[in-house]
Amino acid sequence: MEHFALKYLRKDRLPHIFCPGCGIGIIINCTCKAMDELNLDLDKVVLTSGIGCSSRIPGYFYLDSLHTTHGRALAFATGIKVANPELTVICFTGDGDTGAIGGNHFIHACRRNIDITVICVNNYIYGMTGGQVSPTTPEEKVATTAPYGNIENPLDLCKLAEAAGASYVARWTTAHPFQLVRSIKKGINKKGFAFIEVVSQCYTYFGRLNKFKNNIELLKYIKENSININKAKNMSEEELKGKIIVGEFVDREKSEFSEEIHKLIDKHKIVK
Amino acid sequence: MIFINKELCKACYICIEFCPKKVFTISKELNKKGVYPSEVDDESRCTYCKICELMCPDQAITVVKK
Ligand SMILES: Cc1ncc(C[n+]2csc(CCOP(=O)(O)OP(=O)(O)O)c2C)c(N)n1
Ligand code: SF4
Ligand code: SF4
Ligand code: SF4
Repeated sequence: MEHFALKYLRKDRLPHIFCPGCGIGIIINCTCKAMDELNLDLDKVVLTSGIGCSSRIPGYFYLDSLHTTHGRALAFATGIKVANPELTVICFTGDGDTGAIGGNHFIHACRRNIDITVICVNNYIYGMTGGQVSPTTPEEKVATTAPYGNIENPLDLCKLAEAAGASYVARWTTAHPFQLVRSIKKGINKKGFAFIEVVSQCYTYFGRLNKFKNNIELLKYIKENSININKAKNMSEEELKGKIIVGEFVDREKSEFSEEIHKLIDKHKIVK
Repeated sequence: MIFINKELCKACYICIEFCPKKVFTISKELNKKGVYPSEVDDESRCTYCKICELMCPDQAITVVKK
Protein backbone atom coordinates (compact mmCIF):
# COMPACT_ATOMS: atom_id res chain seq x y z
CA MET A 1 0.00 0.00 0.00
CA GLU A 2 1.47 3.33 -1.01
CA HIS A 3 0.97 6.67 0.71
CA PHE A 4 -0.92 9.15 -1.53
CA ALA A 5 1.98 11.65 -1.44
CA LEU A 6 4.55 9.23 -2.83
CA LYS A 7 3.14 9.70 -6.33
CA TYR A 8 4.55 13.24 -6.19
CA LEU A 9 7.78 12.60 -4.29
CA ARG A 10 11.23 11.21 -5.08
CA LYS A 11 10.82 7.95 -3.21
CA ASP A 12 14.51 7.13 -3.41
CA ARG A 13 15.24 10.21 -1.29
CA LEU A 14 12.95 9.25 1.62
CA PRO A 15 12.98 9.42 4.57
CA HIS A 16 13.56 13.12 4.07
CA ILE A 17 16.17 15.12 5.96
CA PHE A 18 13.77 16.97 8.28
CA CYS A 19 14.04 16.31 12.03
CA PRO A 20 11.61 13.84 13.63
CA GLY A 21 8.21 15.49 13.98
CA CYS A 22 9.11 18.63 11.99
CA GLY A 23 5.98 20.31 10.60
CA ILE A 24 7.49 20.60 7.14
CA GLY A 25 6.53 16.98 6.39
CA ILE A 26 2.88 17.76 7.16
CA ILE A 27 3.00 20.70 4.76
CA ILE A 28 4.43 18.40 2.05
CA ASN A 29 1.49 16.02 2.62
CA CYS A 30 -1.08 18.81 2.45
CA THR A 31 0.44 20.16 -0.77
CA CYS A 32 0.34 16.69 -2.36
CA LYS A 33 -3.26 16.25 -1.25
CA ALA A 34 -4.22 19.59 -2.78
CA MET A 35 -2.46 18.64 -6.05
CA ASP A 36 -4.28 15.30 -6.02
CA GLU A 37 -7.69 16.85 -5.50
CA LEU A 38 -7.07 19.49 -8.18
CA ASN A 39 -5.80 16.85 -10.59
CA LEU A 40 -3.10 19.24 -11.83
CA ASP A 41 -1.19 18.64 -15.06
CA LEU A 42 2.16 17.95 -13.40
CA ASP A 43 4.12 18.88 -16.52
CA LYS A 44 2.85 22.40 -16.01
CA VAL A 45 3.80 22.78 -12.36
CA VAL A 46 7.04 24.43 -11.23
CA LEU A 47 8.17 24.69 -7.62
CA THR A 48 10.60 27.31 -6.39
CA SER A 49 12.23 27.98 -3.04
CA GLY A 50 14.89 30.09 -1.38
CA ILE A 51 17.20 28.84 1.38
CA GLY A 52 16.26 27.27 4.70
CA CYS A 53 14.88 23.97 5.98
CA SER A 54 11.52 24.88 4.43
CA SER A 55 13.21 25.70 1.15
CA ARG A 56 14.38 22.10 0.82
CA ILE A 57 10.79 21.01 0.10
CA PRO A 58 10.93 21.22 -3.74
CA GLY A 59 13.96 18.89 -3.80
CA TYR A 60 11.73 16.05 -2.64
CA PHE A 61 9.10 16.55 -5.35
CA TYR A 62 9.32 14.66 -8.59
CA LEU A 63 8.53 17.88 -10.43
CA ASP A 64 10.39 20.69 -12.16
CA SER A 65 11.82 22.88 -9.43
CA LEU A 66 14.30 25.63 -8.69
CA HIS A 67 16.12 25.85 -5.36
CA THR A 68 17.36 29.46 -5.54
CA THR A 69 19.10 31.97 -3.28
CA HIS A 70 18.05 33.10 0.19
CA GLY A 71 14.99 35.37 0.03
CA ARG A 72 14.94 35.50 -3.75
CA ALA A 73 12.63 32.63 -4.71
CA LEU A 74 9.91 35.09 -5.71
CA ALA A 75 12.18 36.85 -8.17
CA PHE A 76 12.87 33.53 -9.92
CA ALA A 77 9.19 32.57 -9.69
CA THR A 78 8.23 35.89 -11.29
CA GLY A 79 10.59 35.17 -14.19
CA ILE A 80 9.08 31.72 -14.70
CA LYS A 81 5.51 32.97 -14.61
CA VAL A 82 6.11 35.91 -16.95
CA ALA A 83 8.05 33.76 -19.44
CA ASN A 84 5.33 31.13 -19.47
CA PRO A 85 2.03 32.19 -17.88
CA GLU A 86 0.56 28.73 -18.54
CA LEU A 87 2.61 27.29 -15.68
CA THR A 88 1.38 26.84 -12.13
CA VAL A 89 4.12 28.26 -9.93
CA ILE A 90 4.29 27.33 -6.26
CA CYS A 91 6.90 28.84 -3.98
CA PHE A 92 7.98 27.32 -0.65
CA THR A 93 9.63 29.64 1.81
CA GLY A 94 10.34 30.25 5.50
CA ASP A 95 9.58 33.13 7.85
CA GLY A 96 13.17 34.35 7.58
CA ASP A 97 13.31 33.80 3.84
CA THR A 98 10.10 35.80 3.31
CA GLY A 99 10.04 38.27 6.18
CA ALA A 100 13.71 39.18 6.59
CA ILE A 101 16.08 38.92 3.63
CA GLY A 102 13.24 38.47 1.11
CA GLY A 103 10.95 41.16 2.54
CA ASN A 104 11.18 43.47 -0.43
CA HIS A 105 10.63 40.74 -3.00
CA PHE A 106 7.62 39.64 -0.98
CA ILE A 107 6.03 43.10 -0.79
CA HIS A 108 6.42 43.74 -4.50
CA ALA A 109 5.23 40.31 -5.62
CA CYS A 110 2.07 40.98 -3.57
CA ARG A 111 1.77 44.47 -5.04
CA ARG A 112 2.09 43.18 -8.60
CA ASN A 113 -0.40 40.46 -7.75
CA ILE A 114 1.44 37.96 -9.91
CA ASP A 115 -0.22 34.54 -10.15
CA ILE A 116 2.08 32.60 -7.80
CA THR A 117 1.09 30.54 -4.76
CA VAL A 118 3.39 31.00 -1.78
CA ILE A 119 3.40 28.47 1.05
CA CYS A 120 5.34 29.98 3.92
CA VAL A 121 6.49 27.71 6.74
CA ASN A 122 6.46 29.94 9.81
CA ASN A 123 8.37 28.09 12.53
CA TYR A 124 9.14 31.39 14.33
CA ILE A 125 12.89 30.89 13.98
CA TYR A 126 15.81 30.33 11.57
CA GLY A 127 15.85 26.55 11.54
CA MET A 128 18.60 25.78 9.08
CA THR A 129 21.24 28.03 10.59
CA GLY A 130 20.74 27.04 14.22
CA GLY A 131 17.86 28.91 15.82
CA GLN A 132 18.45 32.63 15.35
CA VAL A 133 15.62 35.08 16.02
CA SER A 134 13.39 35.78 13.01
CA PRO A 135 11.03 38.65 12.16
CA THR A 136 8.10 36.49 13.28
CA THR A 137 9.54 35.25 16.60
CA PRO A 138 6.86 36.12 19.17
CA GLU A 139 7.70 38.62 21.91
CA GLU A 140 9.59 37.13 24.86
CA LYS A 141 10.32 33.86 23.05
CA VAL A 142 13.94 32.71 23.17
CA ALA A 143 16.29 32.22 20.21
CA THR A 144 20.06 31.74 20.11
CA THR A 145 20.40 35.42 19.21
CA ALA A 146 17.74 36.46 21.75
CA PRO A 147 18.87 34.47 24.80
CA TYR A 148 16.93 36.70 27.22
CA GLY A 149 13.78 36.63 25.11
CA ASN A 150 12.81 38.55 21.99
CA ILE A 151 12.16 42.25 22.60
CA GLU A 152 11.12 43.09 19.02
CA ASN A 153 7.59 43.39 17.67
CA PRO A 154 6.85 40.38 15.48
CA LEU A 155 5.83 40.89 11.87
CA ASP A 156 2.37 39.69 10.79
CA LEU A 157 3.14 38.32 7.32
CA CYS A 158 -0.55 37.93 6.44
CA LYS A 159 -1.34 41.56 7.27
CA LEU A 160 1.64 42.61 5.20
CA ALA A 161 0.46 40.52 2.23
CA GLU A 162 -3.02 42.00 2.54
CA ALA A 163 -1.78 45.60 2.70
CA ALA A 164 0.62 45.04 -0.19
CA GLY A 165 -2.17 43.78 -2.45
CA ALA A 166 -2.27 39.96 -2.58
CA SER A 167 -5.43 38.37 -3.99
CA TYR A 168 -5.63 35.53 -1.49
CA VAL A 169 -4.26 35.41 2.06
CA ALA A 170 -4.74 32.70 4.68
CA ARG A 171 -3.04 31.35 7.78
CA TRP A 172 -3.32 27.84 9.23
CA THR A 173 -1.09 25.65 11.35
CA THR A 174 0.21 22.10 10.93
CA ALA A 175 -2.55 21.08 13.35
CA HIS A 176 -5.15 22.21 10.73
CA PRO A 177 -4.30 19.86 7.84
CA PHE A 178 -7.74 19.72 6.21
CA GLN A 179 -8.17 23.50 6.26
CA LEU A 180 -4.66 23.86 4.87
CA VAL A 181 -5.41 21.53 1.95
CA ARG A 182 -8.49 23.62 1.14
CA SER A 183 -6.50 26.87 1.23
CA ILE A 184 -3.70 25.50 -0.95
CA LYS A 185 -6.31 24.43 -3.52
CA LYS A 186 -7.91 27.85 -3.41
CA GLY A 187 -4.52 29.52 -3.65
CA ILE A 188 -3.51 27.52 -6.70
CA ASN A 189 -6.85 28.20 -8.39
CA LYS A 190 -6.71 31.90 -7.59
CA LYS A 191 -5.63 34.05 -10.50
CA GLY A 192 -3.30 36.34 -8.60
CA PHE A 193 -0.88 36.24 -5.70
CA ALA A 194 -1.86 33.73 -3.02
CA PHE A 195 -0.06 33.78 0.32
CA ILE A 196 -0.62 30.89 2.70
CA GLU A 197 1.23 31.02 6.00
CA VAL A 198 1.52 27.80 7.98
CA VAL A 199 2.61 28.00 11.60
CA SER A 200 4.76 24.93 12.01
CA GLN A 201 6.66 23.16 14.78
CA CYS A 202 10.46 23.25 14.85
CA TYR A 203 11.17 21.38 18.05
CA THR A 204 14.90 21.15 17.40
CA TYR A 205 15.38 24.91 17.79
CA PHE A 206 12.24 26.83 18.71
CA GLY A 207 10.89 24.05 20.91
CA ARG A 208 14.05 23.21 22.83
CA LEU A 209 15.12 26.82 23.31
CA ASN A 210 11.68 27.65 24.67
CA LYS A 211 11.60 24.73 27.09
CA PHE A 212 8.87 22.70 25.49
CA LYS A 213 9.09 19.14 26.78
CA ASN A 214 8.90 17.58 23.33
CA ASN A 215 7.62 18.00 19.82
CA ILE A 216 4.05 16.99 20.79
CA GLU A 217 3.88 19.66 23.51
CA LEU A 218 4.91 22.28 20.95
CA LEU A 219 2.36 21.15 18.39
CA LYS A 220 -0.37 21.03 21.05
CA TYR A 221 0.61 24.55 22.13
CA ILE A 222 0.28 25.74 18.53
CA LYS A 223 -3.12 24.07 18.20
CA GLU A 224 -4.48 25.29 21.51
CA ASN A 225 -3.35 28.86 20.89
CA SER A 226 -5.03 29.10 17.49
CA ILE A 227 -8.18 31.18 17.21
CA ASN A 228 -10.30 31.40 14.08
CA ILE A 229 -10.65 34.85 12.58
CA ASN A 230 -14.44 34.68 12.92
CA LYS A 231 -14.07 34.40 16.69
CA ALA A 232 -11.04 36.70 16.90
CA LYS A 233 -13.03 39.53 15.24
CA ASN A 234 -14.97 40.06 18.44
CA MET A 235 -12.00 39.84 20.79
CA SER A 236 -9.87 42.65 22.18
CA GLU A 237 -6.16 43.10 21.48
CA GLU A 238 -5.49 42.14 25.08
CA GLU A 239 -7.41 38.86 24.73
CA LEU A 240 -5.59 38.06 21.48
CA LYS A 241 -2.11 38.51 22.93
CA GLY A 242 -0.01 35.45 22.20
CA LYS A 243 -2.73 33.87 20.05
CA ILE A 244 -2.36 32.62 16.49
CA ILE A 245 -5.20 33.96 14.37
CA VAL A 246 -6.06 31.41 11.69
CA GLY A 247 -8.45 31.46 8.76
CA GLU A 248 -8.88 33.14 5.41
CA PHE A 249 -8.16 36.87 5.53
CA VAL A 250 -8.38 37.94 1.88
CA ASP A 251 -10.10 36.49 -1.19
CA ARG A 252 -10.50 39.10 -3.92
CA GLU A 253 -10.28 39.52 -7.69
CA LYS A 254 -7.74 41.96 -9.09
CA SER A 255 -5.76 42.42 -12.28
CA GLU A 256 -2.85 40.00 -12.51
CA PHE A 257 0.70 40.89 -13.56
CA SER A 258 1.66 38.13 -16.04
CA GLU A 259 -1.60 38.58 -17.94
CA GLU A 260 -1.28 42.38 -18.02
CA ILE A 261 2.31 42.30 -19.25
CA HIS A 262 1.44 39.96 -22.13
CA LYS A 263 -1.54 42.14 -23.07
CA LEU A 264 0.83 45.09 -23.20
CA ILE A 265 3.36 43.18 -25.31
CA ASP A 266 0.65 42.10 -27.77
CA LYS A 267 -0.67 45.63 -28.04
CA HIS A 268 2.72 47.08 -28.92
CA LYS A 269 4.05 44.31 -31.15
CA ILE A 270 5.23 45.73 -34.46
CA VAL A 271 5.04 42.41 -36.31
CA LYS A 272 1.84 40.71 -35.20
CA MET B 1 -6.70 -1.08 6.76
CA ILE B 2 -3.97 1.02 8.33
CA PHE B 3 -0.46 0.47 7.00
CA ILE B 4 2.64 1.84 8.72
CA ASN B 5 5.92 1.88 6.87
CA LYS B 6 8.14 1.31 9.87
CA GLU B 7 11.31 2.17 8.00
CA LEU B 8 10.00 5.69 7.23
CA CYS B 9 8.84 6.28 10.82
CA LYS B 10 11.03 8.63 12.89
CA ALA B 11 9.17 7.99 16.14
CA CYS B 12 7.80 11.49 16.59
CA TYR B 13 4.51 10.01 17.89
CA ILE B 14 2.32 12.73 16.41
CA CYS B 15 0.01 9.93 15.22
CA ILE B 16 -0.37 8.61 18.76
CA GLU B 17 -1.26 12.06 20.12
CA PHE B 18 -3.44 13.36 17.31
CA CYS B 19 -5.46 10.30 16.26
CA PRO B 20 -8.85 11.18 17.76
CA LYS B 21 -9.56 7.50 18.42
CA LYS B 22 -6.18 6.58 19.92
CA VAL B 23 -5.54 3.81 17.42
CA PHE B 24 -1.72 3.87 17.61
CA THR B 25 0.83 2.81 20.16
CA ILE B 26 4.63 2.47 20.36
CA SER B 27 6.12 -0.71 18.94
CA LYS B 28 8.37 -2.81 21.14
CA GLU B 29 10.74 -3.50 18.28
CA LEU B 30 13.32 -1.14 16.87
CA ASN B 31 13.33 -0.33 13.16
CA LYS B 32 16.49 -0.26 11.04
CA LYS B 33 17.12 3.37 11.96
CA GLY B 34 17.17 2.41 15.62
CA VAL B 35 13.94 4.01 16.85
CA TYR B 36 10.75 2.45 18.18
CA PRO B 37 8.21 3.11 15.42
CA SER B 38 4.51 3.59 15.88
CA GLU B 39 2.20 0.62 15.35
CA VAL B 40 -1.53 -0.02 15.20
CA ASP B 41 -2.94 -0.94 18.57
CA ASP B 42 -6.62 -1.40 17.74
CA GLU B 43 -7.92 -0.74 14.26
CA SER B 44 -11.54 -1.38 15.26
CA ARG B 45 -11.58 2.10 16.83
CA CYS B 46 -10.62 3.79 13.53
CA THR B 47 -13.20 6.05 11.85
CA TYR B 48 -11.10 6.47 8.68
CA CYS B 49 -10.90 10.23 9.17
CA LYS B 50 -7.37 10.06 7.69
CA ILE B 51 -5.96 12.83 9.83
CA CYS B 52 -3.00 10.53 10.58
CA GLU B 53 -2.17 10.26 6.86
CA LEU B 54 -1.87 14.03 6.61
CA MET B 55 -0.22 14.58 9.98
CA CYS B 56 2.51 11.95 9.84
CA PRO B 57 5.40 14.16 8.69
CA ASP B 58 7.21 11.16 7.19
CA GLN B 59 4.55 9.73 4.88
CA ALA B 60 4.64 6.53 6.93
CA ILE B 61 0.88 5.98 7.45
CA THR B 62 -1.60 4.94 4.78
CA VAL B 63 -5.26 4.38 5.56
CA VAL B 64 -7.60 2.49 3.26
CA LYS B 65 -11.25 2.23 4.16
CA LYS B 66 -12.31 -1.40 4.12
C1 LIG C 1 22.48 35.70 1.41
C2 LIG C 1 22.43 34.73 2.54
N1 LIG C 1 22.43 35.20 3.80
C3 LIG C 1 22.35 34.33 4.83
C4 LIG C 1 22.29 32.99 4.61
C5 LIG C 1 22.25 32.04 5.79
N2 LIG C 1 20.92 31.47 5.98
C6 LIG C 1 20.60 30.27 5.46
S1 LIG C 1 19.04 29.79 5.84
C7 LIG C 1 18.80 31.21 6.76
C8 LIG C 1 17.50 31.46 7.49
C9 LIG C 1 16.55 30.33 7.50
O1 LIG C 1 15.38 30.67 8.18
P1 LIG C 1 13.96 30.56 7.53
O2 LIG C 1 13.92 31.29 6.25
O3 LIG C 1 12.96 30.97 8.55
O4 LIG C 1 13.82 29.02 7.16
P2 LIG C 1 13.81 27.72 8.07
O5 LIG C 1 15.19 27.14 8.00
O6 LIG C 1 13.41 28.09 9.47
O7 LIG C 1 12.80 26.83 7.42
C10 LIG C 1 19.92 32.02 6.74
C11 LIG C 1 20.04 33.31 7.45
C12 LIG C 1 22.31 32.54 3.26
N3 LIG C 1 22.21 31.23 2.97
N4 LIG C 1 22.37 33.42 2.26
S1 SF4 D 1 15.74 22.43 12.33
FE1 SF4 D 1 13.58 22.82 12.76
S2 SF4 D 1 12.68 23.47 10.80
FE2 SF4 D 1 14.66 22.50 10.37
S3 SF4 D 1 14.15 20.35 9.92
FE3 SF4 D 1 14.67 20.48 12.10
S4 SF4 D 1 12.69 20.79 13.12
FE4 SF4 D 1 12.39 21.26 10.96
S1 SF4 E 1 3.51 10.32 12.92
FE1 SF4 E 1 4.62 9.06 11.42
S2 SF4 E 1 6.79 9.34 11.88
FE2 SF4 E 1 5.64 10.06 13.66
S3 SF4 E 1 5.49 8.25 15.00
FE3 SF4 E 1 3.65 8.24 13.74
S4 SF4 E 1 4.17 6.96 11.98
FE4 SF4 E 1 6.10 7.51 12.97
S1 SF4 F 1 -7.91 7.44 10.16
FE1 SF4 F 1 -8.41 8.78 11.91
S2 SF4 F 1 -9.20 7.37 13.45
FE2 SF4 F 1 -8.17 6.10 11.94
S3 SF4 F 1 -6.09 5.85 12.71
FE3 SF4 F 1 -6.05 7.63 11.38
S4 SF4 F 1 -6.40 9.39 12.70
FE4 SF4 F 1 -7.01 7.54 13.84
